[in-house]
Amino acid sequence: MTLVELTGVSKHYGSVRALDGVSLEVHAGEITCVLGDNGAGKSTLIKIIAGLHQHDGGVLRLDGEETRLSSPREALDRGIATVHQDLAVVPLMPVWRNFFLGSEPRKGAGPFKRLDVDFMRRTTRAELLRLGIDLRDVDQPIGTLSGGERQCVAIARAVYFGAKVLILDEPTAALGVKQSGMVLKYVAAARDEGLGVVLITHNPHHAYLVGDRFVLLKRGTTVGHHTRDRITLEELTHQMAGGSELEALSHELGGRDRG
Amino acid sequence: MNAATDGIREERFLQSASARRLLSRPELGSVVGAVAVFVVFALAADGFLRASSLSTVLYASSTIGIMAVPVALLMIGGEFDLSAGVLVTSSALISSMTSYQLTANVWVGVGVSLLATLAVGAFNGFLLTRTRLPSFIVTLGTFLMLTGMNLGFTKLIDGTVSTKTIADMEGFPAAHAVFASTLTVGGVDVKVTILWWLALVAVASWILLRTRAGNWILAVGGNADAARAVGVPVARTRVALYMGVALGAWISGQHLLFSYDVVQSGEGVGNELIYIIAAVIGGCLITGGHGSAVGSAVGALLFGMTSKGIVFAEWNPDWFKFFLGAMLLLATLLNHWVRKRAEAAK
Repeated sequence: MTLVELTGVSKHYGSVRALDGVSLEVHAGEITCVLGDNGAGKSTLIKIIAGLHQHDGGVLRLDGEETRLSSPREALDRGIATVHQDLAVVPLMPVWRNFFLGSEPRKGAGPFKRLDVDFMRRTTRAELLRLGIDLRDVDQPIGTLSGGERQCVAIARAVYFGAKVLILDEPTAALGVKQSGMVLKYVAAARDEGLGVVLITHNPHHAYLVGDRFVLLKRGTTVGHHTRDRITLEELTHQMAGGSELEALSHELGGRDRG
Repeated sequence: MNAATDGIREERFLQSASARRLLSRPELGSVVGAVAVFVVFALAADGFLRASSLSTVLYASSTIGIMAVPVALLMIGGEFDLSAGVLVTSSALISSMTSYQLTANVWVGVGVSLLATLAVGAFNGFLLTRTRLPSFIVTLGTFLMLTGMNLGFTKLIDGTVSTKTIADMEGFPAAHAVFASTLTVGGVDVKVTILWWLALVAVASWILLRTRAGNWILAVGGNADAARAVGVPVARTRVALYMGVALGAWISGQHLLFSYDVVQSGEGVGNELIYIIAAVIGGCLITGGHGSAVGSAVGALLFGMTSKGIVFAEWNPDWFKFFLGAMLLLATLLNHWVRKRAEAAK
C-alpha cells in the first residue's frame, strides 16, 4: 500500500531552487531511504511531508489522495510523525512523563481527575519492550539515557500514538557504531509493525542495512531512484560519494591508490 | 550457581534503584538540613522542645511557607516572581481600604482584594509571555511599581503610612477566625495559618505529581521548546503559575490584615527573597524543571526553626542572616551533588 507518494515535487525559496521534480514513494512495512550530501534538499523534502513547508510544484498524495499539508499538526493528525535530529525531550523528567507529554491519559472526574500513572508507567515499559528496548526503570530522567536510546523512545512514542508514516531525520548522524546499530534495529522493528518509514541519512552503509527503496538527491534533483534488488551497496556508495567526481578528485590528489 | 549470582545481581540492582530514587528526591537535602538544625537547637536552647515553642516555630514557618509553595511551583516552571513580597502587602491594603472606604462588610474588601491580587498575577504572566523578557526584569518592574503604589495610595487615602483600623467593622470576627485565629489542640495553641500551609502543600503536591497540569509545569520549566512541540500550552501554564503566587499572596495578605487589623504600607519588601530561599533550600532547581512543594515546606520550616531557635537559645539574633546564607549555600551544594550522583548512577 502506498502511504505517501510524491510526484515531480518542487520547492523554491525566492529565487533559490531547493527541490526540482523529486519523486518518492513510501509503502507500509517498507523503509524508503533518502540519501544526499549536505544541501542536497533532504531537509526541504521532509519538511514538505511533515507539513512544515508547502510544495509549489508537483503532487503530494496521501493514501492515494492528492493533498497539501498546511501544518505539522495536520500531518500528525493524518498519521505522519517526524523525529527531528535535535530531538526534543525534557531531560530531567522521567521517561514515562516524557513519553506521554502533551497527550496524558487521565482517570477520575472533577477535581480528582488525575494522571493514570500506573497505565503510563506500564505502557511506556511495554511499548519500549515491543520495539526490543528493555528499560529497567522508566522512572529515570530521560536525560540519563544515551542518544540512541532517546531516539528509540521517540520512535516508540510515534508508533504508540498511531503513526502510519515515520520520518527520521538523520537518526544516526551523531551516534557511534554500536548506538547506530541499535537505532537501526528499532527502525526495522517499526517497519515490522507495519509503518512506512522515511529514513534520511548521508550514510549509504546504514541505508543499505535496512532500506527497501533508495532515493538519491543532489542539488535538489533526483539522481537515482532504486529498489533494493536493483542496486548493490558498492553502487550505492559510489553514487552517493559523487561517483565520477570522486574519481576526478582521486586523480587530482595524485591517484596514490592506483599506484 | 548462575541462577544464584543472577539473583544477587538482581537484588543489588533493586537496592541501587530504590536508593537512587531516594537520592533523586528533590527535598532530601533540606530534610537532612532540617534534622541537623532541629538537633542543634534541641541541645542548645532550653525549652526549644516545649510544645509552645514548637508552636511558635511552626507559626513562623507557616507565614513563609504559604508563599513558598506557589513560589516553588513557579520556580519549577522556570520563572521568578520578585513582586511576591510586596504583593502580600498590596493585597492586605486593598482589602482594608476597600472595606473602610465603602463602610462595607469586611468580606467585600476580602473579595475585591482576591480579584485585584489575581489580576496582578495575571498581569505578571501576560507581560512575561507577551514580551518574552526575562521574569527577573518583568517582576522587578512590578515589584517597584507595587512598592510605590502601596505607599502612594495609602498616604493619598489615609494621610499616613498605615491604614485605619477595621477591627470594629461588620464581618471582622468571622474573617479573623478564617485568616488569623488561634485554635487550641490538646492544650497547645495552633495558629490557623499552619492549617492553610499544610493544605496548600497537599494541593500543590497533588497538582505537581498527579495531574496533567503538573506534567506541564515540569516540562515548561525543563525544556519549554520541547513542551511546545508536543502541544503543551506553555503561555497558559506560565500565567496560571503567576496567578497561583497571587493566590498565596492574597491568603498571606488577609492574615496580615486580620491579625493586626491595620496594615503598614511599607511592609513586605525583601520577603520575596525569603520565599525564593525556602524554595531553593527545599530542592527547587533555580533553572526550573525540578523541585517539590514538600521541599519548599521543609525550607520554610528551616527558616522558622532558625529564626525562633536563635531567640530561644539566647544567641545574638544579628547572626540569623549569616546562618540563613550559609544554609542556602550548603543546601544548594548538597542538592547539586545529590542530583549529579543520581544521574551518574545508571
